[in-house]
Amino acid sequence: MKKTELPRWATGFVLPILNLLSALVIAGFVIHLLGESPLESLEILVDSAIVNPEGLAYTMFYASTFIFTGLAVSIAMQAGLFNIGAEGQMYVGGLGLTLAMLAFDASLSPWLLIPAGMIGAALFGAAWAFLPGYLQAKRGSHVVVTTIMFNFIAASLMNYLILKMIPVGEQNPASRVFSSAAELPLLTSWFPVLGDTPLNICFLLAIVALVIYGLAVWRSSWGYKLRATGLNAHAAHYAGVKISRTIIVTMLVSGALAGLASVNSILGSTHYLSLNFPAGAGFIGIAIALMGRQNPVGIFLSSVLFGALIQGGFDLSLEKPNIPQETFIFIQGLIILFCGAMEHFYAPALLKLINLTGKKAA
Amino acid sequence: MEDFHIASIIVSTIRNAPVLMFAAMAGLFAERSGVVDIGLEGKILASAFVSAAVAYSTQNPWYGIAAGIAVSVALAMVQAFVAINQKGNQLVCGIAINIAMSGLTFVLAQFFFQQGGRTPDLGGARMADVVLPGTAAMENIPFIGWLYGHVIGNQSVLVYLAFLLVPIVHWTLYHSRFGLRLRACGENPHAADAAGVSVERTRYLAMLVAGVLCSFSGAYLAIVQSGFFLRDMSAGAGYLALTALVFGNWRPLYTVLGCLMFGMFGAIQIQLEGVDLPVVGRIPGSLIQMIPYVVTVVVLAGLMAKSVAPKAIGKPFVKSR
Repeated sequence: MKKTELPRWATGFVLPILNLLSALVIAGFVIHLLGESPLESLEILVDSAIVNPEGLAYTMFYASTFIFTGLAVSIAMQAGLFNIGAEGQMYVGGLGLTLAMLAFDASLSPWLLIPAGMIGAALFGAAWAFLPGYLQAKRGSHVVVTTIMFNFIAASLMNYLILKMIPVGEQNPASRVFSSAAELPLLTSWFPVLGDTPLNICFLLAIVALVIYGLAVWRSSWGYKLRATGLNAHAAHYAGVKISRTIIVTMLVSGALAGLASVNSILGSTHYLSLNFPAGAGFIGIAIALMGRQNPVGIFLSSVLFGALIQGGFDLSLEKPNIPQETFIFIQGLIILFCGAMEHFYAPALLKLINLTGKKAA
Repeated sequence: MEDFHIASIIVSTIRNAPVLMFAAMAGLFAERSGVVDIGLEGKILASAFVSAAVAYSTQNPWYGIAAGIAVSVALAMVQAFVAINQKGNQLVCGIAINIAMSGLTFVLAQFFFQQGGRTPDLGGARMADVVLPGTAAMENIPFIGWLYGHVIGNQSVLVYLAFLLVPIVHWTLYHSRFGLRLRACGENPHAADAAGVSVERTRYLAMLVAGVLCSFSGAYLAIVQSGFFLRDMSAGAGYLALTALVFGNWRPLYTVLGCLMFGMFGAIQIQLEGVDLPVVGRIPGSLIQMIPYVVTVVVLAGLMAKSVAPKAIGKPFVKSR
């Protein structure tokens, strides 16, 4: 029998891989034009990000941040909202975290201090997402444009605030260093093979967050309302879902997740708030959500891939000055294009192929 | 308050506005045909880089503009392909273009010029301002001399083009056959289709026009206003242009008013820097930088309910059987 729809394994697995490969082939072509060998670059990248255990630990460290931003974008997408503002929400979340640290890092024990910081990060991140969510729900202002504006506003605001936070006598645009009570437990203390790397319990927390996300979206009544709103807001409305409420709550959760992404970046590595610390992690979250098709396993795998691209890309840029870190912003855009906007590009060809092989088998 | 000159605000408003005007007119064509154009930002950035790089290496601003058009049209065609053939998500496609161009322009600028993602100063390749005949003779007449020599005259060709485009776009949209079809495709593509209009063709044409118009925005930014390309120099201009569209209710004349308004905020912003104001005192530069973005949110929040977007915007057209 002739199939008219692709089976699940094809849409969920084969198409994303083909799309990813297309993005990487174009990226390889650009690297070739820059006068470098794409294969050699790939070798350096894999070597530095996966084969080397220390590199692998760094890959996982970056992935822990990206899982949170990827979740932030994904949960909004489930409700049909395209949250471009994870970058700004993470930045402002870092402010909440830092304020909690500056206030309590001398008085509280790590067992209380770190949760306090997380609450601060989540609250501030959620607060930064509230207004775009509210305006979308009540005024119809498109969340895409408002969240982009909030990214710009966050950048200027944080620029102003961080300059105010510089301790006396310092030049570096950053807050003071937090006390040692704010240091997250490192995974290297349990697995010495990982070497001197910042991989910390945030990686485990990120996996817990993925599980909670999966349960909340597919196994709870709230998740059902969320997906109903995303699939058909009118139908959901007639079924009794309060659309504007769902939109606002979803944006709050999304902002909180983006805010939590700052915990790994700040408490896991620098231990102070610095200028532009998210470094694009919020935008990477968009690529991850699209590539991982908002599925927990997909988000995990895409986050690890992006962690590897960042870690490997760093070493690559040292060895090959023609391939700076910004190359990976370009690759990120390509991945969003192929996995997001042109996700069904290969579907007709794949369908033909399946029908062809099916005929032979029969 | 002595540093606060109305005259220089007017002049710099006129010089700021074309970046937004070209982009907003581009967005107007795309969105009135039913294609969301979030990718204005990326097209501005790409054409700014290419026109600066080509103008510098050929020492001819016109080659720069031509190259900018080519790149911007190519990106618009990618958007058209996604929106029309792939029936994909147009917002995602636009964001992808913006992010990809933000990275690629830096990589290429670094590769060719090794100046930290900046092109060298264009110098002689920067587009010269037009000095109208008789400027010197009228220089001494109060007000009229200033108006003729510094507001109407002494501008780049692209500034004249930007203002000239407004009536042209208005006429095209409301009084030409193409404009009627364009609006039909944006409001009710099925009716347009039933009347024998090819929705695909109209939208491709609209995106072509959008690509050309948007390239002028980038070229103006790089080879007229700044005289170089700088990493991420568009700084949200594409999104401001989209907001001007919302402000103008997707109508050319009102949209231009929105662009002039944003241009004026930019001009005031420069004037405010380092000036002691009464009551509030000196406003820090980083807070002044926020003004256009805050204004955008306020405009969107206040006007979106009254503003009516083209009905079929963002929806892929699937021919009914």
